[in-house]
Amino acid sequence: MPGPESATPLQAASGGVSGAAREPLIRARGLTKKFGTFVAVDAIDFDVAPGEAFGFLGPNGAGKTSTMRMIGAVSPRSGGDLSVLGTDPDKNGASIRARLGVVPQLDTLDTELTVLENLLIYGRYFDLSYAEARSRAMELLEFVQLNDRASSLVEPLSGGMKRRLTIARSLINEPDLLLLDEPTTGLDPQARHLVWDRLYRLKQRGTTLVLTTHYMDEAEQLCDRLVVMDKAKIVAEGSPRSLIEQYSTKEVLELRFPVGVQETLDGQLDGLGERVEKLPDRVLIYAADGEDVAAAAHERGLRPETSLVRRSSLEDVFLRLTGRSLIE
Amino acid sequence: MTGSAVTHVLPFGSRHSVHILERNRFIFRRGWMVIFSGFFEPLFYLLGIGFGLGSLIGTVAGPDGSQIPYAVFVAPALLATASMNGAVYDSTNMFFRLRYEKAYDGMLATPLNVGDIALGEVVWALGRGALYGLGFLAVMFAMGLVPSGMGIFALPASMLIGFATAAAGLVAVTFMRSWQDLDLLFVVTLPLFLFSGTFFPITTYPEPLRTIVEFSPLYRGVDLVRAMTTGVIGFTQLIDVLYLFAMGLLFVFIASRRMGKMLLK
Repeated sequence: MPGPESATPLQAASGGVSGAAREPLIRARGLTKKFGTFVAVDAIDFDVAPGEAFGFLGPNGAGKTSTMRMIGAVSPRSGGDLSVLGTDPDKNGASIRARLGVVPQLDTLDTELTVLENLLIYGRYFDLSYAEARSRAMELLEFVQLNDRASSLVEPLSGGMKRRLTIARSLINEPDLLLLDEPTTGLDPQARHLVWDRLYRLKQRGTTLVLTTHYMDEAEQLCDRLVVMDKAKIVAEGSPRSLIEQYSTKEVLELRFPVGVQETLDGQLDGLGERVEKLPDRVLIYAADGEDVAAAAHERGLRPETSLVRRSSLEDVFLRLTGRSLIE
Repeated sequence: MTGSAVTHVLPFGSRHSVHILERNRFIFRRGWMVIFSGFFEPLFYLLGIGFGLGSLIGTVAGPDGSQIPYAVFVAPALLATASMNGAVYDSTNMFFRLRYEKAYDGMLATPLNVGDIALGEVVWALGRGALYGLGFLAVMFAMGLVPSGMGIFALPASMLIGFATAAAGLVAVTFMRSWQDLDLLFVVTLPLFLFSGTFFPITTYPEPLRTIVEFSPLYRGVDLVRAMTTGVIGFTQLIDVLYLFAMGLLFVFIASRRMGKMLLK
């Protein structure tokens, strides 16, 4: 529990109006997590500023969840330094958690309780009065559009509804910092857009968001700044736009050839665009102008089944950085 | 900072444990009928064995050696057993929460610590054991099976048994991996029930068996409750109390360490 002694440095760290040089809300240096001999997070450095929406982008197993758990003060680090809200999560875990909202990768809803009870008791865990917890719970149920399900048990809810309830639950203590681990994985597009919309509103209100995702569109939509993680390390850092500018071209031409044809194209693609990437099912050609390259390919006598010009995305950045696609 | 640092290193729980009781009360409000099973089980044993079999047995030697009716001898032991069973039964719920439900993971994302959860769950189980105990004790009084006015202290005694056995049950479930493993709990509680001085005095046992039985937690509980209902109270009961209290504390400590290892990786 946050003692009176710890309140002062914590409040100072939250920035707010006064902070001239705004201290980062999270600061990691050489942060490392090992499970036995397996290195899940390998000496990573990053800062998250107040009010920022910060993302960890990477494939499954890149170390995103381990990082989030260390930030969330539920997993002791194996090495390096970590400061969250101005203090050490391994020493002052309870006082940090009191000011965090957490949306874990797998829902940890209390399935023995109803939707409303989940929010009420969660408020109690944060020492809110029942009256306060109830008024916040009603507001939050409205915010995530679950007010008509208040007295339902958790189990019959759809995946999207559970996710929204988890988000509502994470906001019951009006957190200074919201941690979202794969907030929309497993949701259908409609549910995903609703969650994005709610997160976007929180961002507008100035809540600091830290999220992990392996969806590039999610990272592009929500993150002001992100780091790309691969094999326990950070391989790039920047805003979605600057990462795309730095590691990719403006446009991408995607060519799909009839089965068996792609393997016979040796050499025929050379010199097209700035870079050619061959995936099992298609060829990506990176160029400033995709239509130009499409025309040049046609002149060379290439006859793809489909041809598509699109803007570069974080997926392309990831492919460039790691040589692999983000979602297998 | 000292405050949170202390709760961090002392895994015995804090005032936050109360929230676990509040949580369980939400569930209990919907499922309060289950307490009947815990109430009727000892009652049936009392009718079948205490009175039924007791009519063949007549009297046995009570705690002070004097002859008492068999039902008076057996009833306090059934009370102690009901407290143990209620507490152990509750630990199967904790198994579900620990292995499948992930609700504890959700709790640990809040200011709650593993010690808070362990203590809260054990105190809840203790309260449930007390509820069983209260109902059964009322039946004992009504049937005239409590010769001593000290019998009301059988209630706190049964809570102490609930505390010790709930904590042990929680430790046990942290080692279990499947529902089948839970059967092992009954491999332990059934012989405890049958051989802890419940149905016959432990003077029946030859040494060293008798000494071994004296170390059984249920024996300590039976001895304590029987002393209260019969009013034969002495130094041994101090040992009973200390034994059960120390056992409860030790196992809450172990349980929160185990839960920390499982949940805070």
